[in-house]
Amino acid sequence: MNYELVCGIETHIELATKTKIFCGCTTEFGGAPNTHCCPVCTGQPGSLPILNRKVVEYAVRAGLAVNCTINNNSHMDRKNYVYPDLPKAYQISQFDEPVCENGYIELDSGKRIGITRIHIEEDAGKLVHENGTTYIDYNRGGVPLIEIVSEPDISSPEEAREYAEKLQLIMRYVGISDCKMQEGSMRCDVNLSLRPVGTKEFGTRTETKNINSLSNIVKAMNREIERQEDILESGGKIVQATMRYDANTDEIYPMRTKENSDDYRYFPDPDILRFYIEPEFVEKTKSSLPELPSAKLRRYIDEFKLPETTARDIYKYRRVSEFLDKAVAMGASVKNTANMIIGGIYKTLETEEDKENFAIKTSAEQLSELIRLIDEKKINKNKGQEALAKMLDTGKAVSEFIKAEDTQGMSDDELRAICEAAVSANPDAVSNIRAGKGKAINVIFGYIMRETRGKADMGKVNKIINELIG
Amino acid sequence: MKELLTTLSTKLKNREISSVELTNEYIKAIEAENEKINAYVHTTFDYAIECAKRADDMLKAGDASPLCGIPMALKDNICSDGHLTTCCSKILDGFRPYYDSTVWTKLKREGAVLLGKNNMDEFAMGSTSESSCYGAPKNPRNTAHVTGGSSGGGAAAVAANMAAYTLGSDTGGSIRQPASYCGVVGLKPTYGAVSRYGLIAYGSSLDQIGPITNSVRDASLVFDAIKGVDINDQTSVDHEYGNITSQLTGDIKGLKIGVAEEYFEGIDKETKESVERALAFYEANGAELVSVKLPILKDSLPVYYIIACAEASSNLGRYDGIRYGYRAGDYTDIDDMIYKTRSEGFGKEVQHRIILGTYVLSSGYYDAYYKKACLLRNDIIRKFDEVFDVCDVLIAPNAPTTAPTLGYSSKSAVEMYMSDICTVPVNIAGLPGISIPCGKDKDGMPIGMQILGRKFAEKTILNTAYFYELNNKNVIGEYEGGVNL
Repeated sequence: MNYELVCGIETHIELATKTKIFCGCTTEFGGAPNTHCCPVCTGQPGSLPILNRKVVEYAVRAGLAVNCTINNNSHMDRKNYVYPDLPKAYQISQFDEPVCENGYIELDSGKRIGITRIHIEEDAGKLVHENGTTYIDYNRGGVPLIEIVSEPDISSPEEAREYAEKLQLIMRYVGISDCKMQEGSMRCDVNLSLRPVGTKEFGTRTETKNINSLSNIVKAMNREIERQEDILESGGKIVQATMRYDANTDEIYPMRTKENSDDYRYFPDPDILRFYIEPEFVEKTKSSLPELPSAKLRRYIDEFKLPETTARDIYKYRRVSEFLDKAVAMGASVKNTANMIIGGIYKTLETEEDKENFAIKTSAEQLSELIRLIDEKKINKNKGQEALAKMLDTGKAVSEFIKAEDTQGMSDDELRAICEAAVSANPDAVSNIRAGKGKAINVIFGYIMRETRGKADMGKVNKIINELIG
Repeated sequence: MKELLTTLSTKLKNREISSVELTNEYIKAIEAENEKINAYVHTTFDYAIECAKRADDMLKAGDASPLCGIPMALKDNICSDGHLTTCCSKILDGFRPYYDSTVWTKLKREGAVLLGKNNMDEFAMGSTSESSCYGAPKNPRNTAHVTGGSSGGGAAAVAANMAAYTLGSDTGGSIRQPASYCGVVGLKPTYGAVSRYGLIAYGSSLDQIGPITNSVRDASLVFDAIKGVDINDQTSVDHEYGNITSQLTGDIKGLKIGVAEEYFEGIDKETKESVERALAFYEANGAELVSVKLPILKDSLPVYYIIACAEASSNLGRYDGIRYGYRAGDYTDIDDMIYKTRSEGFGKEVQHRIILGTYVLSSGYYDAYYKKACLLRNDIIRKFDEVFDVCDVLIAPNAPTTAPTLGYSSKSAVEMYMSDICTVPVNIAGLPGISIPCGKDKDGMPIGMQILGRKFAEKTILNTAYFYELNNKNVIGEYEGGVNL
């Protein structure tokens, strides 16, 4: 039988607020165990939560960025369950009045993946298993999260990946989180079921938890689809379960089965007042949103006329795209800037994370200055690349590496004279070229570059040499 | 009734006695009497002397507050940094918070002297204080009788002159009812008037801290010191009360006193007559009695027990033996540890209420119980609003009877729950209420009446109570033991 996939994703994103959701403790990642804690985030008897206003603001920002409507009236609920990393035995979350509802993300194909809701909640602590003992670190407890719940609109692992990738990029663009899956600041839970093609009813679903990279979303889903297909093909029934994907072995296995659905006994948290999100605030937030990734990509292709691959290589890192936009705004040409970034700066940034962080020693101002020299043909690209490499290495200004004499214009007559000298100084090379050995021209070029200290316009040089040699 | 706080404050300010000397008097009284009364479950005498020394310095410097240097106590569910705070539950055995409650922070700043923590029903769940893991406190008027609850130890300590005043908490009558049983004054402020930060929660939407004192003016003095909005409690309210004590006049001319017959149904004859005599006294002195209807009162008990238990089942989930308090000695794994810790650590009444609360929040029952209770709660709030459109205060009995004898309530849980009928409605509606003595029964046990007002009408109810107190001195009679200066 042929099956089709029905899939929805729940994404938890840690918000980049300075302090936790209900107390003044720092949200900084790491730190010695239980040092970013206070009576509130460790649930000490008698302590009370105070909702961090910034968390609500960030959630509104996130919601608007994925086309959600904002509920002006909202409140916090208690989700009751027992686990050692949850010090109050309830998580303060939202049940029936989430901050955002009814949004969507558009995939490249034009298909929209619906977003059911976005709510705010607190993160739990972390269990650490060492030497046969379990320790608890509550540093992460009370770090603010948003949970973004998609509709079951996803119908392939590739769509799931694209959805998660787009979501990640949007949230990075609006600046609410760094969304690092490896560090856990973005975590995806994939709900997945199969049904015979053409049927309407949903099959029994499983939930694969805490997938820690985009590529693992695809891998984990493929394993789970295979597993469910095998069961269904052999006439078996899918049991509702929480699955765990092991990226090291590429295997999937159930963590626990759910015979009864969990009863979290949600009820409004009496310690936190209902809150009202003013429509004016929503409007203000909407107008403060930056250009979103899809618009930026379109602009790079349609207005900047960048090749699609180049445009994508830049837009997928928020800081890089901001860098490009800034350099261009200062007068650098789009094409040369993009080429300098991809051909120059990216060479020094090895990993995806390096590119994402984009911690480079030069500024958009400096790059723009350098590129204008290239644009105006005051120096050639090679010279520009060399200077850029030094700038990236030392953090020093363009003027340190491009001297005034480098940029003094060279007349066509001067250039022709040097070219003639090059031809007459290298008779062997000339005869080789005439004999059809094209590579020999490099000897001539090398001579010219040496003589001009790299500032010759190679386009013109080519033309002159062709005339001279014929 | 004596205006103890003003008297003591004057003596302290005039250096007739130092705070350290006064504190030592109370320490002696506690050492002598506590075995009999069991009002204190933890004492902090060294700390008290430390507080007293600091207070003496403040007194010497002049401009000290009226509470400076005066020894007092906190209910065992109100946190103070480094001191045992156990809610009289085995599960919080040895628990010492490392933070101060907001009320203690405020009192400490004024130079208050902390003698210790008062006995109470376990997690404030009960009406007689008999569910305390340290055994019940005894009523100083007759030690064969209960103190009431849940702030029974605090009421007994004040009645037996073992503290100049105490702070209790009132979720369904836990300040007013024991104050009434012990013949002292208890004020349950408007919900949000006093910060709950550092009060170990029972029913978060109902809990409120308030003073237990010897007189109405004393209650007002303490309320003035502890009230106010708090950045650590979102449910606290910024209300402009001003200084209430300085506004107490005892003038009740033209005051409209509401009398709801529903409050008097099923009330013991002596209690009823005593409250009615007080009402007649008010009328004779220029107040107007207004008959009002509150048929919704009968719904208050189920609404209270559903909401309080629901919130408690969630609030008490954190006691798992992992981070603090009691942990079972013998267990196989983490789940077993939590299970045994809770089974051994919580008493019967607390377990009952956790189970009840868990049930009413469960899917399938939520709508029928919890949600319905919340809807009814809104009705109750509305009905009280309507009543306070036609009167300034309501006067009613505090409890159907005077203090029963020890052990009596354990015979019927439902009968005990029923005894809360007079006190729970104002908690549900978040209103203020004060209990003051208004007579004695044939056995000499105190009878109390409560004066209730609209939200933030503390001044009105205190003033109404103050009038009665001014004109009916020594309703209960002096207690011989304890500190008598």
